[in-house]
Amino acid sequence: MKPDKIDQLYFSDVNEPIKFDRREFLKKLGGGIIVVFCIGKLSLLDGWGKNEAVDELNFNAYLRVKENGRVNCYTGKIEMGQGIITSLAQVLAEELEVPISSVDMIMGDTDLCPYDAGTWGSLTTRFADPVIRAAAAEARETLLNLAAEKLHINEDQLTIKEGVIFDINNPSKKITYAEITKGKKIVKTLTKKPEIKKAKDFKIIGTPIISTDALAKVTGKAQYSGDIKLPGMVYATVVRPTVYGAKKLKVDASALSDFEGVALIEDGDLVAVVHTSLETANKAAKKVKVIWDAPKATSNTDSIFQYLEDQITESSVFKEAGDLLIGKQISIRIIDGKYYDGYKAHAPMETHSATCYFEGDKLIIWASTQTPFGLRDQLVNALHTSTEKVQVKQIFTGGGFGGKIYNKQAIEAALISKSCGKPVQLVWSRKEEFMYDRFRPAAVMNVTSGVDNKGKLTLWDFDIYCAGTRGTSLFYGIENNRTRMFNEKNVRGDSHTNSLNNVSVHPFGTGAWRAPGNNSTTFARESHIDVTAHKIGIDPLEFRLNNLNHKNMTATLKLAAENFGWKKPKKEGHGYGIALGEDAGTCVAIIAEVFVNKNTGEVQPIRVVCAQDMGQVVNPLGATVQTEGGITMGLGYALFEEVEFNGGNLKTRNFKNYEITKFSKTPEITCIFRDKMDSKPEGGGEPAIICVGGAIANAVFDACGARVNRMPITPERILNELNKT
Amino acid sequence: MKQSVSFKLNNQNVSVEVNGDESLLTIIRTYLDKTGTKFGCGLGDCGACTVLIDNEAARSCMILIEDVANKEIITIEGLATGEILHPIQKAFITLDALQCGFCTPGMIMNALGLLIKNPTPTRNEIINGMEDNLCRCGSYNRIVEAIEMAAKEMNKKVKI
Repeated sequence: MKPDKIDQLYFSDVNEPIKFDRREFLKKLGGGIIVVFCIGKLSLLDGWGKNEAVDELNFNAYLRVKENGRVNCYTGKIEMGQGIITSLAQVLAEELEVPISSVDMIMGDTDLCPYDAGTWGSLTTRFADPVIRAAAAEARETLLNLAAEKLHINEDQLTIKEGVIFDINNPSKKITYAEITKGKKIVKTLTKKPEIKKAKDFKIIGTPIISTDALAKVTGKAQYSGDIKLPGMVYATVVRPTVYGAKKLKVDASALSDFEGVALIEDGDLVAVVHTSLETANKAAKKVKVIWDAPKATSNTDSIFQYLEDQITESSVFKEAGDLLIGKQISIRIIDGKYYDGYKAHAPMETHSATCYFEGDKLIIWASTQTPFGLRDQLVNALHTSTEKVQVKQIFTGGGFGGKIYNKQAIEAALISKSCGKPVQLVWSRKEEFMYDRFRPAAVMNVTSGVDNKGKLTLWDFDIYCAGTRGTSLFYGIENNRTRMFNEKNVRGDSHTNSLNNVSVHPFGTGAWRAPGNNSTTFARESHIDVTAHKIGIDPLEFRLNNLNHKNMTATLKLAAENFGWKKPKKEGHGYGIALGEDAGTCVAIIAEVFVNKNTGEVQPIRVVCAQDMGQVVNPLGATVQTEGGITMGLGYALFEEVEFNGGNLKTRNFKNYEITKFSKTPEITCIFRDKMDSKPEGGGEPAIICVGGAIANAVFDACGARVNRMPITPERILNELNKT
Repeated sequence: MKQSVSFKLNNQNVSVEVNGDESLLTIIRTYLDKTGTKFGCGLGDCGACTVLIDNEAARSCMILIEDVANKEIITIEGLATGEILHPIQKAFITLDALQCGFCTPGMIMNALGLLIKNPTPTRNEIINGMEDNLCRCGSYNRIVEAIEMAAKEMNKKVKI
């Protein structure tokens, strides 16, 4: 990912429109006014696409004002609970001057929607919003134009309200969008920078809007990939090895003769059975005996950290300034710390699912995916076919969090369907979900900090194993600093995977997990800042305020501290903890209060205050729900979640042995956003979660004196630390 | 050996030809096309498949179809009366107590089972009664508030 580069893009980058005539699908649309918008070479995709040609073809949004006055908004983004089905409609409605209820979102359909690399990185509001607003602004101008012609009134004299254009001086002279578009097909591309609204003129942006998909979701009508039923469809169950990465040696399917109507599918290492009854398919799959060649275990839940440090010996400097030696010389205290984070599962409530069929030689598929276009390309490869022969359709996704960008289930479903010649549904079991998840990698962070006699940080030496560098740019002012990422030389390292000689150092799949890497590194940094503050006897809030070198972060922290009441007296056994972080352009300050039972080591989160500087907030309700959700989910990784394994043999197989946050562990949560309606919007889906680990670790220390440097901060680890002191 | 099992689903009599050892969840979803009830784990751990059986919340993935003969099942599809939503559904919308929506049907059905048993629960009783329904998006606080709101609304109606 290149967030730094993308962060610089905004309306100023509007330029050359694309040659849309190459896009067959515009023909498929009916009448009305269609506005195509792109930002040419500086498109959202710039540098993200696999090749230059894709970059050039990309246009980022288009909308269609239909002959009935309703508006279709087409976007390659998908809805997985993050609420963009609402907030994107909101910005469109704002610019086009229509009620939000007249906007229909068409999302992630690869035949109808503009290319999009994926719904990830808290990018939608930052980068899909501007293009949709621009397209809507252009549509508005076009409609005004046409209305002026029809009404024989000068355009300056016209105004719009809820899809009706009328004469300012004589409101009875009016025409609706529906009337203007009737019988027309006008395709406009943007040739100049559109006039978008100023914040002071907003009517819809900035107002809280309830999720537009809530009704479908509370009535059971919302459809997910496993809810599609096709005529003649069979259910597939894949036969899995017990160890990740095992290769098939031999298949004995003789027991399948006991099951009428069962078919065996074999395609490389993929072994599956299909049947018209889901439960028969499940039962039959258990009877297929496969001999697997399993890779040997090289690490387990506890040895993994040493293993990673031993294996990964090369490093590259991400950022550095000053001189570490000088930093050491001028420090009165030098403090070393080592921080660990275990593997975490995404564990969405919807397991990976897909339903598909062939229409002639074209595959039509519904899949729980964050990357419909990426999936299309994967399917083109897997089926040895061409782009026009695969269509990924719009569907709700039941939670993603970065885990649904790899699409293994959809490829399996397509191969099985091709092989058996029937429509296929494949819904992974919870055990499969825990085995083939691409886990958040285990990570090690080594820190050395130094501080002078005035309580100023003078040294920061930060070494990262397997957590990437996202969010590690220092917002503390430390003259002598270095941040290094350990990875094989010449391998472009990221926070998802680490390879040695093209083989992952991890015993199973790893990948992007909500704010990739930033949860681990923020935990380490913010824990160590607290450790340093305590070593020299300065209050952690004061210490941070003294050392921050980032205006927005300082303001955000102050906002959180005021709302939390940092000076408020604590009850016996209670503690407060702060963590700061930066992710997807947003500054986050979280302060948590916990109660720790010193006898059992059990932690009860009491309350969390989260202040954010996320620029313009499009939907304050949606942003609040996202932030609360991130904090609630984050308590899981901080306190409970740990994938247990011996090599590729995952011991974590279900929610009995992978505890996530539950009702009783959810604290009171308060979210505050800095008022920045005139700014551009920043990320909202990920940022808040990054601070939960550090805030909880610091609050636990404050409550009971146990400094736990390894997440999750379990009762056992707390008691261990307490016994040491 | 196929057998016929009859029960009431959302106030309608239904009869299915089954082996008998299928889960109620499978039958509801794949035979009767009521896909509002979700498969989350198949082990009774997550609550996404919660339905009412004779007015009690139950994990439909853990119930054999032959054990529901002659019983009354209510799923999420059976909650609204025409266009009129049930107070719990209304409260979930009003408070935006959902995100991806996958746990939502199970949450609502479990809440209904809870409120039938205890129409005036305290906040703690709601938390305890809902504890084993999981929501990965983290909408718990809003769900608790929605159940409080719905309870008030439902009690008002009883008094009239």
